[in-house]
Amino acid sequence: MGFVLFALLIAAMVFSATMGYMSLSAGEVIKVVLHRLIGSGVYPDPVAAAVVVDVRLPRILAAAIVGGVLAVCGAVFQAILRNPLADPYTLGISSGAAFGASLVIVLQVFGLALPDGLSIPVFAFAGSIGTLFVVLALASGDRRLSSTSLILSGVIVAAILSAAIGFLKFLADEQVGIIIFWLMGSFSGVSWTNITVLIPIAFLGLAVCMLYGRELNIMATGERTAATLGVNTVRLRWILLLTCSLMTAVCVSVSGIIGFIGLIVPHLLRHLVGPDNRRLILLSFFGGGILLVIADTLTRAVLPSEVPIGVLTALIGGPFFCVIFKKRQQDGIAGL
Amino acid sequence: MESQDSDLLWQLAGVGFSYGGQSVLRNLDLAFAHGQCYGVLGANGSGKTTLLDLLCGLLAPRSGTVRFGNRSLSGWRPGELAKKVALVPQDFVVRFGFSVREVVEMGRHPHLGRFAALDDHDHQLVDGVMEEMGIQTLADRSVTRLSGGEKQRVAVARALAQDPQVLLLDEATSNLDIFHTLSILGAIRRRVDEQGLTVIAALHDLNQAAFFCDRLIFLKKGHLICQGSIDDVLQADIIHEVYGVDAQVRLNEFSGCYHVSYRMPSPQSSVHHL
Repeated sequence: MGFVLFALLIAAMVFSATMGYMSLSAGEVIKVVLHRLIGSGVYPDPVAAAVVVDVRLPRILAAAIVGGVLAVCGAVFQAILRNPLADPYTLGISSGAAFGASLVIVLQVFGLALPDGLSIPVFAFAGSIGTLFVVLALASGDRRLSSTSLILSGVIVAAILSAAIGFLKFLADEQVGIIIFWLMGSFSGVSWTNITVLIPIAFLGLAVCMLYGRELNIMATGERTAATLGVNTVRLRWILLLTCSLMTAVCVSVSGIIGFIGLIVPHLLRHLVGPDNRRLILLSFFGGGILLVIADTLTRAVLPSEVPIGVLTALIGGPFFCVIFKKRQQDGIAGL
Repeated sequence: MESQDSDLLWQLAGVGFSYGGQSVLRNLDLAFAHGQCYGVLGANGSGKTTLLDLLCGLLAPRSGTVRFGNRSLSGWRPGELAKKVALVPQDFVVRFGFSVREVVEMGRHPHLGRFAALDDHDHQLVDGVMEEMGIQTLADRSVTRLSGGEKQRVAVARALAQDPQVLLLDEATSNLDIFHTLSILGAIRRRVDEQGLTVIAALHDLNQAAFFCDRLIFLKKGHLICQGSIDDVLQADIIHEVYGVDAQVRLNEFSGCYHVSYRMPSPQSSVHHL
């Protein structure tokens, strides 16, 4: 299964690279990539090389990594919060990032000369990490750091932040469109610099999550049982919440807010391969990557004009999720 | 089984516990020995579950000391303790549709290294406890699709897969029919008699306690009312003090155990109890 999904991901990425304003063959794309990677003797067409390497590849790679990370974090958040409806945004991380990005845009409107390409990701990142710490500080009054306190704290902080974002939109006046567009998510501005930040954090984070696969399984039996099996539930929650929030924050700072990937991918894969997190986490990475590469290719090269990707994933993912949900209810499975 | 440093498993001295200012256990002195089956009895809210949580290190006492083996319970790492003590909780809810076998295998976690997979010995042990609990035919079924009684048997099997010296049961048979109650308690009792397993069970049913346990501990509002062998403490006046009901305790020829019958006390004595 792992190999199949990995092969599908690579195929989706190559296929995506062939599509766009200038149509290329898959062979050409592979030639360009091989030439860049291992300096093979076959020299590709320089225009094709420029299109693939400078324009399409960073965007495709970003979509694959962001999709993968969001899906992995979804699987992990669901396991530690014991809630199949949790996703990387449940604890208000997206609202924090949105607040950070909106703040930059408003400050620019008021004439503060903040460099655009850098400030938004940095502020979005700071916003989400700041939010995470406020949520953890709120929840840690309960020494067991239970999922109820965490989710409740997340909801409270997210509600305050969304009011604050509303206020920023109000301040932004005519420039409000920039904020709204950023909030809907997009890969159009991605550069190789973004990729060099994404890759190490994504893979380090993935490794940490995979390390705790068995403990995550045990969390499904409840906090009390997990603790009597020797799982330090509080420490596990701290480590994985911090890791996944960092991963999510980096993604949000690159692409804006993209919903539903973290919800749908682990859910579908649990259907296919069962709930064992030792497999699920890596498979989610591939699955999320495939889904977001396809979605981004759709909006970049197929649809007549570029629809914000966050809107696309929610428009496709939402109804799809409703269908699964109804089907499972009919099958008589309580919960998800 | 490992060498026993002390005849006693747990020693509790002056143990108290409170939730948010409300005292749940008060000044408890108790000792638990190897190879015995203890029943912890008392009305709802008398502190039974809290006592079990203190014994398996889920809670730390607010006052007094809990020793396990030859050292303070707080000196045991959770992973170390999990090799010796297993808990069957009252409500065993597993999320995400793990199969019965996967859940029982989770019981091996304390014995495995981080990257180790289950070996032949682990698989044998898991198969053994599933057979003992009569759930081998459910092995590949999702736990979310089990009946309450089946789930409870999975919970006991998971705890036994830990291969513990001590099994803590928190009203573990409350969802079971008579046949499965008897067969599961019987299987656990065999482990007590044949392998020296120690059991501490929070129970509601005094007749079940009479059939299953060696010694009883009666709690009321966090206080220890009395403890001792069934013969010594399963008595009408103690039952009246703990539960506020009139009781009659007789040896039953058919089961060979003590049998308790109850009735509500007359209005006068009920006022007296309150």
